[in-house]
Amino acid sequence: MVAMEGGHAHAPQGFIRKYIFSTDHKVIGIQYFFLALTAVFVGMFLSLLMRIHLIWPQAVLPLVGAIKPEQYLALLTMHGTIMVFFVLTTAPQGGFGNYFLPIQIGAPDMAFPVINMLSFWTTFVGFVVILAAFFVTGGAPLHGWTGYPPMSALQSAGPGEALGADLWITSIAIFCLASLMGALNFITTTLDLRAKGMTMMRMPLTVWSWFITAILGLLAFGVLLSAGILLLMDRNLGTSFYVPLVVVNGQVLGHKGGSPLLWQHLFWFFGHPEVYIAILPGMGVTSQILSTFSRKPIFGYKAMVYAMLAIGFFGFMVWGHHMFMSGMSPYSAFAFSVLTMCIGVPSAIKTFNWLGTMLHGRLRFHTPMLYAIGFVSLFVSGGLSGPFLAQPVLDIQLHDTYFVVGHFHLIMGVAAIFGIFAATYYWFPKMFGRMMNETWGRIHFFLTLAGTYAIFMPMHYLGIAGQTRRYSQFTEVAYQAKLVPLQTFMTYAAFVTIAAQFIFVVNLFWSLFKGEKATDNPWEATTLEWTTATPPPHDNFGGVTPVVHNGPYEYGVPGAKKDYVMQTDPAGVAAH
Amino acid sequence: MGLALLLLIWLITVVSTLCFFVKTWWMPAGASAATGWIDHQFALTFIIMGIVFVAAQMSLGYIVWRYRETKSSRPVAYSHGNTTLEVIWTGLTTILFIGLNLMGSSVWASQRYPLDQPDPSAVQVEVTGMQFAWYFRYPGPDGTYGKTKPSLMDPSAGNEAAIGLDTSDAAAKDDVVTGTMYLPVNREVDLSLRSVDVIHSFFVPNLRFKQDAVPGLNIHMHFHPTQIGEYEIACAELCGLGHYKMHGKVHVVSQEEFDKWLAAREAEKQ
Repeated sequence: MVAMEGGHAHAPQGFIRKYIFSTDHKVIGIQYFFLALTAVFVGMFLSLLMRIHLIWPQAVLPLVGAIKPEQYLALLTMHGTIMVFFVLTTAPQGGFGNYFLPIQIGAPDMAFPVINMLSFWTTFVGFVVILAAFFVTGGAPLHGWTGYPPMSALQSAGPGEALGADLWITSIAIFCLASLMGALNFITTTLDLRAKGMTMMRMPLTVWSWFITAILGLLAFGVLLSAGILLLMDRNLGTSFYVPLVVVNGQVLGHKGGSPLLWQHLFWFFGHPEVYIAILPGMGVTSQILSTFSRKPIFGYKAMVYAMLAIGFFGFMVWGHHMFMSGMSPYSAFAFSVLTMCIGVPSAIKTFNWLGTMLHGRLRFHTPMLYAIGFVSLFVSGGLSGPFLAQPVLDIQLHDTYFVVGHFHLIMGVAAIFGIFAATYYWFPKMFGRMMNETWGRIHFFLTLAGTYAIFMPMHYLGIAGQTRRYSQFTEVAYQAKLVPLQTFMTYAAFVTIAAQFIFVVNLFWSLFKGEKATDNPWEATTLEWTTATPPPHDNFGGVTPVVHNGPYEYGVPGAKKDYVMQTDPAGVAAH
Repeated sequence: MGLALLLLIWLITVVSTLCFFVKTWWMPAGASAATGWIDHQFALTFIIMGIVFVAAQMSLGYIVWRYRETKSSRPVAYSHGNTTLEVIWTGLTTILFIGLNLMGSSVWASQRYPLDQPDPSAVQVEVTGMQFAWYFRYPGPDGTYGKTKPSLMDPSAGNEAAIGLDTSDAAAKDDVVTGTMYLPVNREVDLSLRSVDVIHSFFVPNLRFKQDAVPGLNIHMHFHPTQIGEYEIACAELCGLGHYKMHGKVHVVSQEEFDKWLAAREAEKQ
């Protein structure tokens, strides 16, 4: 840490060192945020094309032309990969985690600022590589974001499975490297750089969520990286880790002896914790916001911490629930199923505690609060379809149907995105020194909440009726053709919801330049980022090292002068 | 604002729940012995989760409206939580979730655990998936599948040639390979599931049956059709650009009709 002190006494002056190759965690956080914002619009555009193709397969679109069935599969692969990696992993952790973790624990920067910069630029390279897959011969791969071999391992399995698939897996490998560097930094920073008085049990729940997410990332991305390298070798060096003897279109290929299920085990050993990597920071920010805007301490702080730890712990033992229909031993399904149900318990605890936090509070409905409430609603809706899918016997009907698509979109897609929106509206004033427009924020919220439910709730009905996912057309199978009207409704709902997102972008950029000037603590919140200037100086606290005296959520303290007590307030909270 | 939130959350809850209850979009009628158990477990899970869903969303809507800040709001109750409550709801959810799971497990066990060997009188069928078709093989009167060879596979020729049946093998002579599946009603089916290229999934919603077909594995399953009828097969694992049209038909017919059909196929071969 000694070296860091010297490096951070003065802010860098040149434009490139200050804004491009910056080692300041705040600049890096903003870079991650805008990378994710770009990626989310790319991902959303791809989903728009998918929704259009499903209903009007013959449509010739401007710029894109007519979409062929294989291009539909390329769209869904790229939509999933970009959203999971470059949005849901990047924005909450790389973006807000980078910006606010050091400030919330009273540190001047991350523990390894240079690695932090490297981590962002590596992510950026990964994003460029995955976009390149669209422009090579054959286009982007068709194998879905889960990339199951043999399909993903065979160049001849379909268009897009040649160079496009190589770029896809290379991009993921690059992303894994970046995430490993990031995870290491987050963990070290949380353990070593906390200000005086900032005990672990005084850390805001956001810090806990980023910390636990980083531990999950450290354990999960390494496995995906190795799995990805093996896949690249199967594809290009003639190895057979994942491929047995196969005959594609009458051609006997040279592989033998590999196991397609090996990839599924390795992939889901990463893939399930990844779900929590996406959602845990959303849980953290929801807790933070619900407490702040209810003007009440969080209900059951310790229970919230233990629940997140339990979710992280169990998250590594349930990967097999993605594989009930895979040909894996039916006996192991029992263990995976029980452990999966166990995750429902800490998730339920969190929901109870969020409701308990609002109960008997004084709720202020600023936009961040609306999004936090929306998060709770979506978390409940997306979570309750989990116990269906956790039961192998129900997966006989539901696995690989739209029920699954509805489930994971509500919980790790939309709920996580609501966490990102909540965080954006909440921290925008601190990051950019201006307030976002409240009226447009509210309109954006109501349209998005109603719109996302209208898109994703019907997917559950479709799944129960047996509508298989990843079909580019529903007209071939008679019982599925009857479900097209509901699909049409979802496409219209998607049009409205996607249009509403432009309200957000316009509000964001307008507020960046024209928003009302923000004070240092506009929400009357208690954590450390609200004690410093807006936006914070280069070393976060302007040469002062904060000393922490209180827990993170001291609202409505009896006898206190105001209805909130800052974490740095030495007068403290008598009883605590 | 609190009222608007309450109305929207309640509206979403009511509409979502009603759409489940009208059952316009629901599981197709079941036609196998597993239907009863699976549908019962589904209904049980559905009712429990439905109650929790409605209760949680309704309370959320109510709480945000009831405790909105107004001029007459009472000061907040300063509290960091309640350990007794935490213990109670942790206990209750654990019992609920694990209990539900254990009930489902016995159904799964009866479906998939090979505890009892299939009925020796079961009809044997081998299902082979390939981009983008299903082939069904019956071992014929000798009750033995003949050899297949990867080098003989010719998908464009269809049926026997598509799965690479080695006609020099004596056991292969009476094997029947078709593109449509026929099954006798009320008789156990002993299914072997294979794939020659990528992963496919054999999904027959009416028969409450789904299992991936994985290259390199020969997966044995058994099930029991109970209703005569024509049921659709849909591939449920992404297998390439023709995934959406990789479908087929299962004809569940009477034993006499099945025998007649199989005999006709055998005759065609000679």
